[in-house]
Amino acid sequence: MSLEQHAVLLILAPLFGALIISLIGGLHRRMAYLLIVGSLGLSFYSALATLKQVALHAAEGPLRYRLGDWAPPYGIELVIDPLNSLVLAMVSGVALLVAIFSKNTVRQEIADRIHHYYTLFALLVAGLLGITATGDAFNLYVLMEISALSSYALLARGRGLAYYATFKYVIMGTIGACLYLLGVGYLYIKTGTLNMAEMVDFLARPELLTSESIRVAFILIMVGLWIKMAFFPLHGWLPNAYTRASTTTSCLVAPLMTKVSVYIMIRVMFGVFSVAFIHTTLGWSKVVVWLACIAILAGSFGALAQTSMKRMLTYIIIAEVGYMVGGAWLGNAAGLTGATYHILSDGLMTACLFMVVGAISFKTGSDKLEAMRGIFRKMPITAVVFLVGAFAMIGIPPTCGFFSKWYLIKGGVMAGQYGFVVALLISSLVNAVLFFRLIEIGYYDEFDADGKPKHHRRIKVKEAPLSMLLPMVVTAAMLIVVGLYTNQIVSGLIKYTIPAGL
Amino acid sequence: MEDVLTYIISRYNYWAAIILLLIGLYGMIAKNNLLKKVIGMSIFQAAIILFYVSIGDKRGATIPILDHGHGAHHGAHQAIEAASYANPLPHVLMLTAIVVGVSTLGVALAILQKIYRVHGTIEEDEILETIDQ
Repeated sequence: MSLEQHAVLLILAPLFGALIISLIGGLHRRMAYLLIVGSLGLSFYSALATLKQVALHAAEGPLRYRLGDWAPPYGIELVIDPLNSLVLAMVSGVALLVAIFSKNTVRQEIADRIHHYYTLFALLVAGLLGITATGDAFNLYVLMEISALSSYALLARGRGLAYYATFKYVIMGTIGACLYLLGVGYLYIKTGTLNMAEMVDFLARPELLTSESIRVAFILIMVGLWIKMAFFPLHGWLPNAYTRASTTTSCLVAPLMTKVSVYIMIRVMFGVFSVAFIHTTLGWSKVVVWLACIAILAGSFGALAQTSMKRMLTYIIIAEVGYMVGGAWLGNAAGLTGATYHILSDGLMTACLFMVVGAISFKTGSDKLEAMRGIFRKMPITAVVFLVGAFAMIGIPPTCGFFSKWYLIKGGVMAGQYGFVVALLISSLVNAVLFFRLIEIGYYDEFDADGKPKHHRRIKVKEAPLSMLLPMVVTAAMLIVVGLYTNQIVSGLIKYTIPAGL
Repeated sequence: MEDVLTYIISRYNYWAAIILLLIGLYGMIAKNNLLKKVIGMSIFQAAIILFYVSIGDKRGATIPILDHGHGAHHGAHQAIEAASYANPLPHVLMLTAIVVGVSTLGVALAILQKIYRVHGTIEEDEILETIDQ
């Protein structure tokens, strides 16, 4: 197979995987699992091949793949540049790990019709990868809805109250996608094209740069995307929908959906509109960064109030979205580098922590904080993975969480946005409190009133099965590896994604 | 006054889309019955579909099928005037958007059915009461 086909193969593998799983996945009880791991493995392999190709030719501009060999203004093209090749690798990698992880949790939680579940799983991943790779604004909408529809169906297969929470998400998600579509309509009226690369050229013209309709289009698209990524005032749907979902679903949806939405925001800001438009014509940077500060603080303090681990993590997601939106809107290269790098690192660390919570609730049947009591001695490997994930979330070197915060804080200082810097530091402190509290609960046994441990018996090691441990350990190792290779990632890939003028 | 009126009338398609959008948004936010929220969602989507369809239209234009195109004996080389045909692209896009809208509606109705089975009602306040207990 020739090398350039990898760009399309990475989307087609899960797409056709979904079709095949729905057809023959029900034949044998392990068939669906093997098919999903196989198709996502192929997708991840292609994503890595594409990443390598892009990294080797990073200075020569993006890789373009014409679907069906139709030339761009009429056909749809996939455009893969350093920015989205990184996101593609992250999305397909996390999806593959979660698929491997899901072997036992799916069997435990979704007893019947497992192959339908995996069909939706594969469709969601295909949608997310498509969103990331496409170079066409309308195609992006369609793929966004493909992934959103499959995520609605996945999230609804949760516990008792999941349906109502998902219903709210359906309504909010549809509003978000529709606003995006409306914004694209405005852009189409003004530019006559849907190809992002062509739009850039039109939108750089002075008469369009100051046009009122273009400004409205930008606002519509941004608000739509902010709903999709649960940016602070529009985050209400997220905690309930993600907490009540089944373990596998939240492991898959929580790290990927919001991160891909942040990617689209960065792509639209600098790949469709321009630096001049956002920071000079619009002049909203300060306001959005302040909103991001509120998002960070609201998410962090919201997390403090929770008694369920999963729910706590959903609030941390809201804070992390604030990090990335703030970084992207700071208006300097360090901030954008931090935001882009944080898409990668946050995807990995959210996946890591959700998988740990999944493994603990698989073993103990609960995701309450109290379920962690003494868990470190029962599940030592899970405990190590949890520690690495927690350190990354707090931002302790050499995990990748430290480096993204480093760039974000540097960006904040350079832009003179000290509010953002303070918000980041407070959020790190709150994360430290959150996770050290969990470490304490997990490490010590129950105490009685005199302060003596209740149980003196030896605790037997009851570790999660290998299919769960393996992806968890790999994710935790990736958190450190990505941290150690920060320099290479930033100077080899992210450097080329910084638009001129920042 | 007359200017304002002309301004409104000359862009009536946009006004219609905006009014429908607001009706849909009102339905989604203010209605207590979840089915009415779903109806609001559909109206919201339909408004955007109509908006797109209306921007493809031109004054005095016809459907974009070439009169003397392809294989016709006379006038095969006749110049094609873009102005006399409606722009088909927004219409084609909306075919996809309609499909998306129908699937969203389907998923929403399926979830609604499940909500009714779990909570025994589709009135939002009554559902919230059962959750609090």
